[in-house]
Amino acid sequence: MNEILDKNLNLEIKNKQLFNICLRTKHLKNSSSLETYKSIGGYEQIKKILKNKLDPQQLIDEIKISGLRGRGGAGFPTGIKWSFMPRDYDGIKYIVCNSDEGEPGTFKDRDIICHNPHQLIEGMLIGAYIMNAHVGYNYIHGEIWEEYVSFEKAIEEARKAGLLGKNIFGSGFNFELHAFHGYGAYICGEETALIESIEGKKGQPRYKPPFPATYGIYGKPTNVNNTETYASIPWIIENGGQAFMAHGVKNSGGTKIFSISGHVEKPGNYEIELGMPFEQLLNEAGGVWKGRKLKAVIPGGPSTPLVPADIIRGATLDYDGLAKIGSSVGAGSMIIMDDTTCMVTALKRLSYFFYEESCGQCTPCREGTGWVYRIISRIYQGQATHEDLDLLTDVSKKISGRTICALGDSAATPVLSFIKHFRDEFEVFIKNGKKLVN
Amino acid sequence: MIEKLKKLIDKEVAKYPTDKKQSAVIAALAIMQHHRGWLSQDDISDVAVYLDMPEIAVLEVATFYNMFDLKPVGKYKLSICTNISCMLRDADQIVDHLKKTLKIDFNEISKDGKFCLKESECMGACEGAPLLTVNNQKMYEHLDVKKVDQLLKDLK
Repeated sequence: MNEILDKNLNLEIKNKQLFNICLRTKHLKNSSSLETYKSIGGYEQIKKILKNKLDPQQLIDEIKISGLRGRGGAGFPTGIKWSFMPRDYDGIKYIVCNSDEGEPGTFKDRDIICHNPHQLIEGMLIGAYIMNAHVGYNYIHGEIWEEYVSFEKAIEEARKAGLLGKNIFGSGFNFELHAFHGYGAYICGEETALIESIEGKKGQPRYKPPFPATYGIYGKPTNVNNTETYASIPWIIENGGQAFMAHGVKNSGGTKIFSISGHVEKPGNYEIELGMPFEQLLNEAGGVWKGRKLKAVIPGGPSTPLVPADIIRGATLDYDGLAKIGSSVGAGSMIIMDDTTCMVTALKRLSYFFYEESCGQCTPCREGTGWVYRIISRIYQGQATHEDLDLLTDVSKKISGRTICALGDSAATPVLSFIKHFRDEFEVFIKNGKKLVN
Repeated sequence: MIEKLKKLIDKEVAKYPTDKKQSAVIAALAIMQHHRGWLSQDDISDVAVYLDMPEIAVLEVATFYNMFDLKPVGKYKLSICTNISCMLRDADQIVDHLKKTLKIDFNEISKDGKFCLKESECMGACEGAPLLTVNNQKMYEHLDVKKVDQLLKDLK
C-alpha cells in the first residue's frame, strides 16, 4: 500500500482548472439519458470488467492509486473502505449510495442524479462487482422529489437495457438497484442513521464498531459511499488511477465538485481539479455579488470551520490546503458571505438547524444544541451578558466529542469558528443590543 | 386502504427482502400523505396493519421525519427554506411577503383553507436560493416577490 501511495509523491504541479468527470454529461443534450451516457463510452467499463472477469483486488489497487477519498465529507480513502468489505462472506451483502445531502449549502449529488445518473449506476455496478454485492440502494434526499423520480426512470432504463438485473452482459453477475426516498432528516446522511432509515426506523445513528462493513442493513455487510464518490469510479477504471490522481495534488487525487452558494454572482456546481486556488474558483463563480467585498467563507458546509476572507484568499482547495488554514473540504459546500453579513444572525440560523436536526439520542447534543441556540438568540435579542459568550464556547466544547455520531461536533464547529474570528461582532451585539453591520 | 394506494405501496415493498416490509414504511406514509394531504391516525393504523408493524413504530417514523404532517395543511403546503444559503439571498423577505399576503404565520392555514406555510431546513438545492416546495414534490427556485405572487395565482 505504501509503495502504491509513494508513486503519488512526484506529481507534476500544474495550473488547475475546471474539469468535469462526475458532471461530464451535464452540458450535453438529454444529459440524463442512457443514450447520452453511452455516447461518451458509458457502461464500457463494467462491460470490460465483467467480460474479462478482472481481479477485484487489482481494481481496488487502481482506486487506491487514484487517491479518491469519500466525497460526502469524511474524506476517507475509497479503495481502503472497499477493502473492508469481507470477501469470503457468502451471505447477502449490500452497497448503498448516500445521496442524502441536507447540510446547508450542499447540492452536488442532485446535479449528478439529475444529469449523469447512469455514470452513478455504472459506478455502483463496478463497486458491486468488486465487493461482490448483488443488491444496492440509492438513498435520495427527501426534498428533491423530482430528482428521485428521474433516478427511478434511469434505473428502469438501465434494467430494460440489461445493465441491471440478472446475468449482466451474459457474465452470470447479478445486481439489482433501488432508489430510496428520504423524508426530511439531515441526520440520515450519517451512514448508520441512513441504514436505520432503510430498515424503516427513526434515523438514529448506531454505535461504531461494529462498522457497516461487518454489520450494516439487516445486520449484513454493507458499504455506504457518497454519490460523487461512486460517480468518479467509471472514469478512474477507464483512464487509470494515476490519471485521476494527476488532476489533483498530493493526498487529494482527482476532481471534486464545489457547490457555491450565498453571496456570489453565479451560484452553482463547479467541478475543479483539487488544488485550485480559492481565488480562481471565486472568479469562476463570478466573484462576490453586487461588487461587494468578501467577508468570510464556509469552505465545505457548516460542519467545516468558517474562515475569514484574508485567511482563505491564499488557500488552495484540497484536503491539505484547507486543513492548513484550519478548515476542511467537507462536502465541498462553499458558502460565500459578503461584507454586509451579520455573523450573529448567520450563526443563529445555523445553530437552529443543528438543534432542529439533532436526533435526540445523545444528551450532550440533544440538550446542548438547544442551549446553544437559546444563548445565541439571547445575544440576538440584546438580552445577553458577556459571560454568555464564554458559556456559548463552553457548552459547544462539551458537545464536541461526546456523542455517538459527528452531528454534535458539527454543531459545535460553527459556534467555535464564528466566535474565534468574529468575537468583536458578538461583543458589540451584547453591548449595544444591535448588529455591527447592516 | 384503497386499492390504488396498496398498489403503490406494494411497489415499494418489492424493493426489500420479503420479510423486511418495514423498510417501506417511509414510502408508504409518504404515499398516504400525498393522497390525503396529511397523515391521520387512521392512516398510521392502516400502514401499521399493511406492513405488519406495531402502530407505535409507524408513529415514531411519522413524527421523526420532518416532511410528514400529522395535522391538516390546507390544499397547498408551501415549505420555504430559511437556512443559511437561502437566508443570504434574502429568503426572509420572501417569508415576510408570504405571511403578509396570506395573512398567516408559520404552521397556520389561510382562511380560505388553501395555503399553509412551513419553515423548512436545507433542501439541498441552494443553487436556486431562495426556494420553496409545494406539497413536498414541486420545487420553485430563484424566488422573488413577483414570482411568489405569480405562484400563488397559479395554485388554484
